[in-house]
Amino acid sequence: MLKYKPFIFRLLETDRGSKYFVAILLALMVLVPVCNLAVPESSAFHMPVYGVTLIGKYLTYALLAISLDLVWGYLGILSLGHGAFFGLGGYAMGMYLMRQIGDRGVYGHPVLPDFMVFLDYKELPWFWYGFDQFWFAALMVVLVPGLLAFVFGWLAFRSRVTGVYLSIITQALTYALMLAFFRNNFGFGGNNGLTDFKDILGFDLRSDGTRIALFVCSALAVMLGYFACRFIVQSRLGSLVMAIRDSEGRVRALGYRDEYYKLFVFVVAAMLAGVAGALYVPQVGIINPGEFSPINSIEMVIWVAMGGRGTLYGAALGAVVVNFAKTYFTAVAPEVWLFILGGLFVGVTLFLPRGIVGAIQKIRGMLGASRNTGLPGMAAKK
Amino acid sequence: MKRLLFLAFFSLVFLSGLDAADHTNSDSLIQSSFRLLSSKSFADKATAINSIAESGSSHAVLVLSSILEGDLYYHKKNKNMVLVTETTPRHYEITDPLTEELVSTKSKKELRKKYKKVGINNKLRGLLNEKLAALTIYSKDKSTRLRSTRKLLKNLNPSTVELLRDAAPRETDPQVKELMQVCIAVSDARSKDPEIQLGAINELAGSLYPEVRVLLEELKTAYTDSVAADPRLLPAVDSALRATSLKVSFYKQVENIFFGLSLGSVLLLAAVGLAITFGVMGVINMAHGEMLMLGAYTTFVVQQLMPNSIEYSLFVAIPAAFIVTGLAGIAIERGIIRYLYGRPLETLLATFGLSLVLQQLVRSIFSPLNRSVITPQWMSGSFEFNPALSLTYNRMYIVVFALMVLFGLLWLLKKTSFGLQMRAVTQNRNMAKAMGIRTGWVDALTFGLGSGIAGIGGVALSQLTNVGPNLGQAYIVDSFMVVVFGGVGNLWGTFFGAMILGITNKFMEPMTGAVFAKILVLIFIILFIQRYPRGMFALKGRAAES
Repeated sequence: MLKYKPFIFRLLETDRGSKYFVAILLALMVLVPVCNLAVPESSAFHMPVYGVTLIGKYLTYALLAISLDLVWGYLGILSLGHGAFFGLGGYAMGMYLMRQIGDRGVYGHPVLPDFMVFLDYKELPWFWYGFDQFWFAALMVVLVPGLLAFVFGWLAFRSRVTGVYLSIITQALTYALMLAFFRNNFGFGGNNGLTDFKDILGFDLRSDGTRIALFVCSALAVMLGYFACRFIVQSRLGSLVMAIRDSEGRVRALGYRDEYYKLFVFVVAAMLAGVAGALYVPQVGIINPGEFSPINSIEMVIWVAMGGRGTLYGAALGAVVVNFAKTYFTAVAPEVWLFILGGLFVGVTLFLPRGIVGAIQKIRGMLGASRNTGLPGMAAKK
Repeated sequence: MKRLLFLAFFSLVFLSGLDAADHTNSDSLIQSSFRLLSSKSFADKATAINSIAESGSSHAVLVLSSILEGDLYYHKKNKNMVLVTETTPRHYEITDPLTEELVSTKSKKELRKKYKKVGINNKLRGLLNEKLAALTIYSKDKSTRLRSTRKLLKNLNPSTVELLRDAAPRETDPQVKELMQVCIAVSDARSKDPEIQLGAINELAGSLYPEVRVLLEELKTAYTDSVAADPRLLPAVDSALRATSLKVSFYKQVENIFFGLSLGSVLLLAAVGLAITFGVMGVINMAHGEMLMLGAYTTFVVQQLMPNSIEYSLFVAIPAAFIVTGLAGIAIERGIIRYLYGRPLETLLATFGLSLVLQQLVRSIFSPLNRSVITPQWMSGSFEFNPALSLTYNRMYIVVFALMVLFGLLWLLKKTSFGLQMRAVTQNRNMAKAMGIRTGWVDALTFGLGSGIAGIGGVALSQLTNVGPNLGQAYIVDSFMVVVFGGVGNLWGTFFGAMILGITNKFMEPMTGAVFAKILVLIFIILFIQRYPRGMFALKGRAAES
């Protein structure tokens, strides 16, 4: 055995689920493009391009779920407004894509996007400056959600708003954003949102090559995001964060300024959500204010709860499973979907408090393989 | 002069009541002028209108107004006049205008084939208005007089002003008299004599009728431009306008406060149930909005079940909604929530799922479209204090109803043994248990009470907004804001929270637009909660710790 192990292996070695998760992600990253490009279309293993994009979309949701799990599972804050950060990241990317259209829009204006010509704007609003540069847009994708999270968190954590109150004001936050973005004169396309994108960094968005590249980027982003989160939760900071989750008063009494730790994790999670939104928009081809609706944010919570809160990979698993079910049922029997979703909320909270991952661990526990249930770092309750 | 004589004669007859002989006599007068009405010439029609107006018949008003509305037709062959009313779309009832007997019912096509409308032009329309006003300003009924004088103010001409000059001194009702004098003053303000003009303008100062305001504005521009006008006129007009606009803006504020109160009452009705479940029990019930929705749908069902007595349907709907949603609440508490006490975030998720299920259930049973709930007659319409301020009845009833619900709830909590048990359980569950209170049942009943109150709120909401599967979603965020803003566990807090939010919203709306006002209020609440995490009326002492 080597005395020194690479950093990434150290991150993974304590956790069997992490190893599976990273292995599956790597396999996806290789297999999906191969199945699309190298396998002939007649073969049963051929992956059509829309399938690639669909999985890419699920992966962005997975990243979003991981970031939400960081906040909910490890920090103990149930954010019902996580969609706000996702949406803001998406809008930042959407603005870049809008500017890339140039004079190819319906109205052919060299600078103004179509909806601005339609709404009779004379010149570009100041907050659209700079979005013709990719680096600037990419910066904004993390900065804008991060800044919002910073301001919001700073106000909330300093005045020690916790628990349900915090959940409700995060919901109010995303609700207010939705109302604002729905307004036509807000400068972000009103209820139609931003759409009709043409290309990204000079590559045509509709071409198969770009779509596969976006898929690979999404998978990479999930992997990097996962490692970042895993690094945070396994560091000393992570232990402290989990201590805050379990007994905030005691941490404070030990002399830690808990609000700064909470703020740091909250801002990181918001930035990750922004990245997820930015990867989501070019693959789906549209961003509209519906992304800010409170129900969207609550749906994200059920992904995490379904997969298993406080495990990171469980959140990603839940996001994929729930969204796969959503895609399937809304196509086959749309009226049943809400019954299923609603049933999931009730059923998971009543019968699967630790989600799928928790259930698997429990079964393994019964078989005597492992005794580790409950949130990580938490002494078994009762 | 001759017309005035006729009028005097007519009013004598009209006011002293009509005996049978006069009746048939005057009706035959109308009957004879009907032949002229079916003529092509407008001059003939004018003669006919004049003689109908002067016939003194009690049917004259009906006939003239139906000509004006375009409801008077004549048979193409025998030239008989008939009154046509549309009963159901494209189906018409044909009645005799004098005997009011039903002649026949016809479809649109048959009507077109056999009958022809009595056509009028603008000149005749003016004549008709004038004659109708003349007939009605001497009516025995005060409200008819008021209405017709109000109509006259809209288009005054020299002959109607003469009419009013005659009528005003004889008028006994102060309100009608004042309105008549306003009409006369409006006409005088355009006179050639500056003395009369000055007097009229001073009289009009502070009058709230929109016509008066238009006139004063007109005069102001006319006098500012002209050099020849009397120098006293412009200041007079200016001060009159100032007095008027001062009054108007005052009533505007009163109206805003009223709108704010009624919006606040809606919020209160939506939130007061939540103040019980969330505020007293500490259960985050995201399905609360759906309880409102169930209440509104109960109203709809009740109205479907008793289509012939819509007027009373609300009195049935209120207890029905309370029972339906109350039972639903008890079922939810026993089935789901009792397993999740002490885990508020999980409760939130489970009840949110429940709200999705309930919405979809309603969508599947009723339809995804909005259902129309009928507003009873006694709730529609508005009460006009003056021309600048009129308050709709349904909003007034909502304010009263919200207060009734609030006080009823306060009474229940403070004065009944159930209320006592409820407070005991929320304050110290174990001690309550030791005293022999069945805490499980108290929990279930409390939750049922909160849900039932929400159902009652839903009945009220059904009178104001569309009843659809998304009704609840629109109010859930607002309801939580009200409860949290007001201070958890305090019904008075909920009351003041709702009213303050309602009034703030309404006062900001004209400045910023409805949606932006709402956003600002949300941001305000977010900041407020961060400063005062336990709301306006925070509980103090031991109860606050839990």
